[in-house]
Amino acid sequence: MDKVIKGLTTHDSPLNPLKEFTAARVGIGRTGTSIPTKQSLAFKLAHAHARDAVYSVLDIDGLSNDIKQFNLPVLLLHSKAGNRAEYLQRPDLGRKLKKSSANQLKEYTGDYDVSIIIADGLSAAAINENVIGLLNHLIPLFTAANLKLAPVCFVEQGRVAVSDKVAHLLNAKLSVILIGERPGLSSADSIGAYLTYGPKPGLTDESRNCISNIRPQGLMFKPAADKIFYLIQEAFRMKLTGIGLKDNQGLIGH
Amino acid sequence: MSYQTTIGGKVYRFDDLKTLLAKASPFRTGDALAGLCAESYEERVAAQITLADVPLKVFLSELIIPYESDEVTRLIIDSHDLNAFSLISHLTVGELRDWLLMDETTTSILKSIEAGLTPEMVASVSKIMRNQDLIAVAKKCEVITHFRNTIGLKGHFSTRLQPNHPTDDPKGVAASIIEGLLYGSGDACIGINPATDSPSHVMSLLWMIDQLRQQFDIPMQSCVLSHITTTLELINKNKDAPIDLCFQSIGGTELTNTSFGVSLSLIEEAYQATLSLKRGTIGNNVMYFETGQGSALSANAHHGVDQQTCEARAYAIARKFKPLLVNSVVGFIGPEYLYDGKQIIRAALEDHFCAKLLGLPMGMDVCYTNHAEADQDDMDNLLTLLGVAGCNFIMGIPGSDDIMLNYQSTSFHDALYLRKVLGLKAAPEFEAWLIKQGIVDKQGKLTSANEGSLYNHFGSLWIK
Repeated sequence: MDKVIKGLTTHDSPLNPLKEFTAARVGIGRTGTSIPTKQSLAFKLAHAHARDAVYSVLDIDGLSNDIKQFNLPVLLLHSKAGNRAEYLQRPDLGRKLKKSSANQLKEYTGDYDVSIIIADGLSAAAINENVIGLLNHLIPLFTAANLKLAPVCFVEQGRVAVSDKVAHLLNAKLSVILIGERPGLSSADSIGAYLTYGPKPGLTDESRNCISNIRPQGLMFKPAADKIFYLIQEAFRMKLTGIGLKDNQGLIGH
Repeated sequence: MSYQTTIGGKVYRFDDLKTLLAKASPFRTGDALAGLCAESYEERVAAQITLADVPLKVFLSELIIPYESDEVTRLIIDSHDLNAFSLISHLTVGELRDWLLMDETTTSILKSIEAGLTPEMVASVSKIMRNQDLIAVAKKCEVITHFRNTIGLKGHFSTRLQPNHPTDDPKGVAASIIEGLLYGSGDACIGINPATDSPSHVMSLLWMIDQLRQQFDIPMQSCVLSHITTTLELINKNKDAPIDLCFQSIGGTELTNTSFGVSLSLIEEAYQATLSLKRGTIGNNVMYFETGQGSALSANAHHGVDQQTCEARAYAIARKFKPLLVNSVVGFIGPEYLYDGKQIIRAALEDHFCAKLLGLPMGMDVCYTNHAEADQDDMDNLLTLLGVAGCNFIMGIPGSDDIMLNYQSTSFHDALYLRKVLGLKAAPEFEAWLIKQGIVDKQGKLTSANEGSLYNHFGSLWIK
């Protein structure tokens, strides 16, 4: 009997060594066929953290200050979703740009190659923690390739498709929106990058390429920036993004 | 054609069939977002009362999305079987509900009318059914499919082992697979959602699972859930590609599928290509489809049709290609479509019922996201209800936590709980393998004594 009970504790789970290979909840043991108390409560705590991330807000002042190093103008925009509750129930409003923001953008219309847009999405905390680390790798790649960059735009209460309107108004050939992804239990800090060639309002997901899970414990900043840059070069070469643009980087060697 | 009913002197008029269907739908945020839902509790019941009197034959003449403009409508109408319909052709929607619930309406009778039902008929009757009704009728259906094992037998309950990893790291994926197998998971398939839809990534994952399957002689099948064009490209480039199943997400309107980058002809091409590999040993159900309420609205492609009816229309596509597995990803889409546990549970029971009645091997991704008003307790309720309803399979994920897709589904433990409390077993061929390996005993109970040696046995593949 002692032996059986001992076998239930998480430290003694024979599957414990699997934890070395993944952040997934392997090796958590069992009591009967159920999850042991300690692990069950740890899960609840992680869910509480994720719920809190959904309600976090962009640190505009801090981020704007950090972006100064890139010598790019920074604009602060809003979607048509007035607050978080409305954002959660009305994704259509999160995809649209508030009128005053659209007017603001018209003053910056140019002839840009790439428009970088940063939105809170479902985890402003992800942006607050990780976007500068990603930009530190990404922007030098753009600069070295002589790509002309539009002002960096923050969008509050923004969804992916808001990038179509922003980049279209700026007259950019391609948009990259860096957006806080829906928090998971083990990661409330993931950024997703969505690329759209020829951005204009009305496009849907098949027109985009997505690189997800960008964070220090997931897809790290440098490989993420390399991948984004690779896809952008391919997008300019093929004049498209979306399902017609495959990530063949692994096949051709890198 | 318009429909109407009078309640307490107030006349409720519904301009057309799709409006009637939308207003009769139990409340969910997606229909409110689309501006389609009933405006009061009374209007909703008025619509349900009106809908109950609509003859089933009407659904063959009044099409909610025009035949000319939508290939899903054309598929539904062109594949409708009047012979199979004849047994129920005289019924109204309300009478169909009563008929479905009759003790005399047996499993084999339900099977005989499958091809006579359209998605709209099935969606309609679901709207006037309580959760209990959806469970009771689905329980009578039996949809069995085969590839390397047998899924869907009454008294059996399978899982898709979902070992996702944020960077598709093969060792990370393998760790979750090993854990899952040692918990008796994976009889529906081992199905990985790749983090990046890259052909080379997909191929290396496919090779790895196939090596595992062959080394341990496991009667199971695998799938990497990439876009169908990626699967097709891999097959066309390499006839030895270890592709058991071809996956695709589908929706209930042509425009929705356009937004997914697919069409019926593309799915047909991929279906034929996958069949040509001839990898199934005891059957050739090679397709795996995922669906989910809200996708049509999300793609702005719903034509004013409510999300549950759009969902049921997707099942017409699925059944054309004789899939091994179909599941709705019910709570994955988020609170703007299904707001809370109550809405998610209702939608899942509707999806399971509608799909089973149409003859699909329906499973369910019992799940929620962190921005929905739901938690594990809601999933426990849904899981148990679906087990009672005879659901073919659910997902198996380490500790319920998908660290790649960032949502919560069901754990390996959850499936074992359900098998235990309801006396359900894994797919027979897979269970025989589990017993042979010493993972479970002859009663299907996990054998804790062997865990250490089993781990060493399987782990030796990757963990040195």
